[in-house]
Amino acid sequence: MPDEAIAARRSADTPVQPPPKQPSQKRQAGGSPAAGAGNESEAEGVLNEWLGFASGRWQTVVDVRDFIQRNVTPYDGDETFLVAPSARTKAVWEKLQPYFREEIRKGVLDVDTKTPSSLTSHGPGYIDRDNEVIVGLQTDAPFKRAIMPYGGLRMVEAGLKAAGFEPDPIVHETFTKYRKTHNDGVFDAYTPEIMACRRSHIVTGLPDAYGRGRIIGDYRRVALYGTERLLTAKRAERALLDAKWPTDDVIREREELSEQMRALTDLAEMAKNYGLDIARPASDAREAVQWTYFGYLGAIKEANGAAMSIGRISSFLDIYIERDLKSGHLDEVGAQELIDQLVQKLRIVRFLRTPDYDALFSGDPYWATECVGGMDLNGRPLVTRTSFRMLHTLTNLGPAPEPNMTVLWSKQLPDGFKRYCIKVSAETSSIQYENDDLMRPYWGDDYGIACCVSAMRIGNQMQFFGARVNLAKCLLYAINGGRDEVSGEQIGPAASPVSGDVLEYDDVSAKFDTMMEWLARTYVHAMNCIHYMHDKYYYERLEMALHDQQILRTMAFGIAGLSVVADSLSAIKHAQVKPIRRDDGLIVGYAIAGDFPKYGNNDDRVDSIAADLVSTFMRKIRKHPTYRNAVHTQSVLTITSNVVYGKNTGDTPDGRKAGEPFAPGANPMHGRDSHGWLASCLSVAKLPYADAQDGISYTVSVTPSLNRLDQGEKIAQAVKVLDTYCGQGGFHMNLNVLNRDTLLDAMEHPDKYPQLTIRVSGYAVNFVRLTREQQMDVISRTFHGE
Amino acid sequence: MADESWAHSRYDLQQARSPDAPDTTTFNDPRGDFGWIHSYETGSTLDGPGIRVVVFMSGCLLRCLYCHNPDTWHLKDGTRVSFERARTALEAYAAPLRAMDGGLTISGGEPLVQVHFTKRLFAAAKGMGLHTALDTSGFLGGRADDEYLRQVDLVLLDIKSWDPETYRRAVGQDIKPTVQFAERLAALGKPVWVRFVLVPGLTDDPANVEGIARFVALMRNVEWVEVLPFHQMGAFKWRSMGLNYELSETLSPSPELVARVLEQFREAGCRAR
Repeated sequence: MPDEAIAARRSADTPVQPPPKQPSQKRQAGGSPAAGAGNESEAEGVLNEWLGFASGRWQTVVDVRDFIQRNVTPYDGDETFLVAPSARTKAVWEKLQPYFREEIRKGVLDVDTKTPSSLTSHGPGYIDRDNEVIVGLQTDAPFKRAIMPYGGLRMVEAGLKAAGFEPDPIVHETFTKYRKTHNDGVFDAYTPEIMACRRSHIVTGLPDAYGRGRIIGDYRRVALYGTERLLTAKRAERALLDAKWPTDDVIREREELSEQMRALTDLAEMAKNYGLDIARPASDAREAVQWTYFGYLGAIKEANGAAMSIGRISSFLDIYIERDLKSGHLDEVGAQELIDQLVQKLRIVRFLRTPDYDALFSGDPYWATECVGGMDLNGRPLVTRTSFRMLHTLTNLGPAPEPNMTVLWSKQLPDGFKRYCIKVSAETSSIQYENDDLMRPYWGDDYGIACCVSAMRIGNQMQFFGARVNLAKCLLYAINGGRDEVSGEQIGPAASPVSGDVLEYDDVSAKFDTMMEWLARTYVHAMNCIHYMHDKYYYERLEMALHDQQILRTMAFGIAGLSVVADSLSAIKHAQVKPIRRDDGLIVGYAIAGDFPKYGNNDDRVDSIAADLVSTFMRKIRKHPTYRNAVHTQSVLTITSNVVYGKNTGDTPDGRKAGEPFAPGANPMHGRDSHGWLASCLSVAKLPYADAQDGISYTVSVTPSLNRLDQGEKIAQAVKVLDTYCGQGGFHMNLNVLNRDTLLDAMEHPDKYPQLTIRVSGYAVNFVRLTREQQMDVISRTFHGE
Repeated sequence: MADESWAHSRYDLQQARSPDAPDTTTFNDPRGDFGWIHSYETGSTLDGPGIRVVVFMSGCLLRCLYCHNPDTWHLKDGTRVSFERARTALEAYAAPLRAMDGGLTISGGEPLVQVHFTKRLFAAAKGMGLHTALDTSGFLGGRADDEYLRQVDLVLLDIKSWDPETYRRAVGQDIKPTVQFAERLAALGKPVWVRFVLVPGLTDDPANVEGIARFVALMRNVEWVEVLPFHQMGAFKWRSMGLNYELSETLSPSPELVARVLEQFREAGCRAR
């Protein structure tokens, strides 16, 4: 669907009824700036908790953006105000260190095998109760993982066995005999054709056996409104639905709303177990951080999503922090402490996952993506001091993959902030950059990034996540008449394979076009089955409770192997490619004579092939109706799965040998971008965002050692590079500043580098927790030519 | 005059002969319609201000022991590229280069071997609003007339040694043309970054460094002296070309040695890094 459709589908307003009179809304003793202002203001309809905030629409309807717009204090200074971690933060961090160390050695430390996780399944858990300013764990102890069998029992049991734990017989019985899972549902609806595609790895990573994730609850709503008001708003939404004739859709929506309301009630119950009352709004900065985190904690207790972004919370929280700083209720040490301790919690989130999953996405990622920066629609930067504080956690606590720090980069951002981002990047390699100037026209100024590169308006948009298809394999199927080049099995529709001794561009292109047609259709088909069943059996009731009822849904398709296909077609067009056939006629190799332009060199002859591929496949995807009328989108993103995709794909006509990794995301093939990073960047920037609205991932690694400039000049230069890349239409940059010897040493002595973090396609990982294959891939990719 | 000393010798560029490449054919291209280009690289931060595109021309008359691009010595190590094609390729980067305060650097090989082509490419770059830099040993400085130098914003001048004997040992040629070129640049007031490759045991003698430092310190057009520590990154090229690499055992200079040399330059009054 065209972009206008996305822009047009704005959310309906969700009304908040006037608050019920609640005597319990008095603040805790010793309270905050507004304490004591008391009842007179409440008589005017302003809650105590909201005193000092500029009033507006947000007070009558659920509208966090309006609250931010009216209250945010942009900051255009530098980082000199930042402070070191507090004694309490350090104490908590100290307590966690043995777990981190042990985990590198042992892997999964502990699992509660008996209790399927829910909001209220586990009692409260603490790390160091006296020193924790922000509380709440997934289970009743740190690093104790929970099981979430609603997505699929098989994944849970495989995960347990791999980690050395015995699956629980009662859980097994429950989820085989009495309760169906999402996984079971999907396989009831799949067709033999989809099963074959899965088996042959032309379609991989589909969320048909695990949680789909990529949904961002508006966790800020818990802080701003409290669960009671959110329930009131949900009741109003329900009343509107009750008035409608019960079609399938209306019935489903009513059931979902009931689930959402139950979730909000349970969330309040969960908080109560920690002795906190989140039925009411947060009254100060500490509560705002705590309430927001509780919202998020609830989400990760119930959903084992592949990616569980936290959204865009820093500048929202900054409003509370500013209020408390002004009133003297808080100082800078206290402010940083809140953010540091929140981040500590985010760094110890753990899900139980399988070895297969790890091979795709290493290092226990869960993509708690947090967005900082960006501009608003009126040209005002949304950078606040808390944007700095959030990035400063990478210094205070050391580098780490989570939360997945994402800077929404705009040319208009204040210079002090830009320079600080680059400085932190250089020191930690833990930041990714995404082009706010490109996304803002599509998604407004209160969007977040789900997972790595998927933008969505927070609170009124979600996506149906769809992993990706292997476009390189699709090309090979076209050449082989639908037979798999590894197994020889007929997977795609039987067609005539390429005949003759030389591949002809027109012939291969036509065959490829047909094969993509088939693949797109099969892919949408599978996705509809998956998300129908996910909604039915594993509905994300809490995350969706933190959305409006009327939302925009996207269905996010993805492609892998873009650069392999572009180079292959270029080779066929510009050089001479001879197929090598096996005895039974299957083409399993290619002999190339002559040179050909390669993607990644700013050469339009091949870059246009890559850009066309993106648009062509998107067009084919858009032809097929989606579940719940979701808007089709597409990403060019592989994360670390480029290694596994390559492993399962035979020789390709670009000269890549069977088993060799693909390039990650939209990167050029390793070593073929022979004209330096600028050329490479400009090639990637040509891929059309309009046809890849789910994001285009690009990873760059630089070695700092050769540069003779001083630190300040280097930073200024890097700022210019990012400005220019974004100005040229570049969407995303994962920036690594790496040293080869360090990485090699880390492979041999992982225990010396527990926090060594690098960015791979779309996220950051602990280098030492990558598989050896992925480590080698990273090293060879980064330091070619030396 | 140095010019006379080359005339009709094997260094005579009308014959375009490299000292060890007797098979190199003659060429005559007074309009610069084509050039032999080894390769180009985008995004350099080392070869002039800002972010640069660096074009490596092939053909060089020096044979530096520490050369890290021995694959650019002979003209025909490169690819024959029409001026139009080179100009078009450069144009594709013009906007981002301007945005990043960068420009075009022509290196090599020795850009002044193909003086007509490089002059034309520099002029084209100026036309695109780009900053231009010439990376040269100065050995063929006499070939760059004033008109040529008007197209060049910055000269990256490699002064490989001061002591004539050391110079000859390091590069196989005479130092005189380089000195004359440097003096001419000073007279013209052309901005220069002097580069000095620090090779332990070859160029690191204090007196040798001192000579360059004193010479350069007097030139007000010299903006920087850059000390480039020798590295082994080019060694694989020597090996793969079957050449005898005399410096295979030489280590990179220690941080202390680099600091000493930088200090020598600074002591003499140079801005060094």
